[in-house]
Amino acid sequence: MSLKTIEAAPGFKDYLPQEYKDLIDDGPFLKQRKVSELGSFKEAIEEHPMCSGCAMTLFIRLVYVGLPSIENTVICGTAGCGRLAISQGAVPFVYGNYGDTNAVATGIKRGLDIRFKEQNKDVVVMAGDGGLADIGFHAVMHSWFRKEKFTTIMLDNEVYGNTGGQDSGMTQKGMVMKMAPTGKKFEKMDMLGLAKTAGVAYTARLAPTNPTRVANTVRKAVLIAREVGPTFIQAYTSCNIEYAIPTPKVMDDARAVEKDRYQFVEYFSDEAKAYWDDSEKERKRLRKAAKQSG
Amino acid sequence: MGKLNGTPYRVVTGPEGLLPPAATIMGVPLPEEGEGLVEGGIVTEAEALEKAAIAMLTRKNATLFPGPLVLWGWNDHTNEKAKYFFDVADEIPGVRIIPMPDYRPIYPKIDPEAVINPCHPNLTISHNKIEACVFIGVHCHYASITLKMIRAGTNCFTIALCAEAGHEDAMVSVPNFDIEKLILFKEALIKVKKNGIKPLYEGKGIVPTGWSQIAALKGEIPIKPEDELVEAGTGAFSSELETGLDDTAE
Repeated sequence: MSLKTIEAAPGFKDYLPQEYKDLIDDGPFLKQRKVSELGSFKEAIEEHPMCSGCAMTLFIRLVYVGLPSIENTVICGTAGCGRLAISQGAVPFVYGNYGDTNAVATGIKRGLDIRFKEQNKDVVVMAGDGGLADIGFHAVMHSWFRKEKFTTIMLDNEVYGNTGGQDSGMTQKGMVMKMAPTGKKFEKMDMLGLAKTAGVAYTARLAPTNPTRVANTVRKAVLIAREVGPTFIQAYTSCNIEYAIPTPKVMDDARAVEKDRYQFVEYFSDEAKAYWDDSEKERKRLRKAAKQSG
Repeated sequence: MGKLNGTPYRVVTGPEGLLPPAATIMGVPLPEEGEGLVEGGIVTEAEALEKAAIAMLTRKNATLFPGPLVLWGWNDHTNEKAKYFFDVADEIPGVRIIPMPDYRPIYPKIDPEAVINPCHPNLTISHNKIEACVFIGVHCHYASITLKMIRAGTNCFTIALCAEAGHEDAMVSVPNFDIEKLILFKEALIKVKKNGIKPLYEGKGIVPTGWSQIAALKGEIPIKPEDELVEAGTGAFSSELETGLDDTAE
């Protein structure tokens, strides 16, 4: 295997659809793209079948920008709205059965570490609240207990969105859904607290109101997972269909929810904090050196 | 025709119906090295290649579908193989090359002139009225399901040139298909033409398909449908359409 997978064999480039030519010439590979560059390069995902105004899709786009080495990343997902978009990204995607996504990711990560000793290969689980907090809960928890070195990103839309609106463990208590007409009976699960208890190295909660913050948080989580241990991001990605949010109001909703109960928080374990501070110092030193050398 | 190994089941061009049985379930075996598979029967490799060559030369809109294993320059072998792939293409007048660059499910829409997708290959086959095709460089698990779907819903003659064990669900399949066998396939094409098979599109080269290919290979920017839109009131008969035709005018 080599990174030449993103170059066409001699003579074939002329026969490729334009989207692939653009990915070769101006894609996100082999360079760290910034959020401010969105719209000026060929993104890993453009067309997708998600609902109009879907905040989850915006978040997924930003995740792709934030990945520190997109050409060396494997994404693992499962049933849910998110996989409809993620499976169409120009990043290898592995579909874990509902419930075993983090177990599948464990196998992939360990296999990649054996096969590619000299190259960091990042594994990122990106799935919904149903896939991670409910049905995939045991695999998520055990991957954290085992200190598996990959990132888990929960696309928390607080509902089973594409099966008609059943309440999930992450739905707010009392919320009346189409398939929960008497309202949800229990509190929203405290996945951040569970992650902390399980010894996750870096945990963050955020809403997609600040694109740069989303990309930076993803980058941070993936880099810490490489070196220290499991990381977890819980992202509010509203379902504007099941929550009846008018399409133009999706970001207003995200801002309101962020202000009310989804403020940005992050937690580092001691080891993760020490690693991150050191690596930040090193990055600053390198940036300064590069500036001085012109 | 080759021996049937005890099964009367023949893997012939479809449409066979919504859910054809997998050929392997019906007792069709895989060929060994030096052998090929023609419509479910084992034949010699040379016979299989000749049968494939005749189909590609004489059936309508013959198309080569290069998969990711030959399309991307991921190792020296692939880069070398590309030249021989195009040597084969040059021997098939009027051939089209439609790539299968990866296996992503392409939704909400596919451009069937530009790409073939393993999740719905019949769209590309039907849209382009392809009656013979070669799959090469497609990972076996995707090739198997793709071949079955094509057999189910189209009348396309499928040829699987497989680097591994071959494919029962193709009308012709040759296993362990490396550069040497690409050369043999080219020679088979030359041989059958020499023996009197007249290519359907004699004199034509590779036919570009899809606007991106046309632009790249002919150096032209094709007119997109939206460029042909005419602003209201400026096109032919515009005033008549706006005011209505005068039925009494002489």
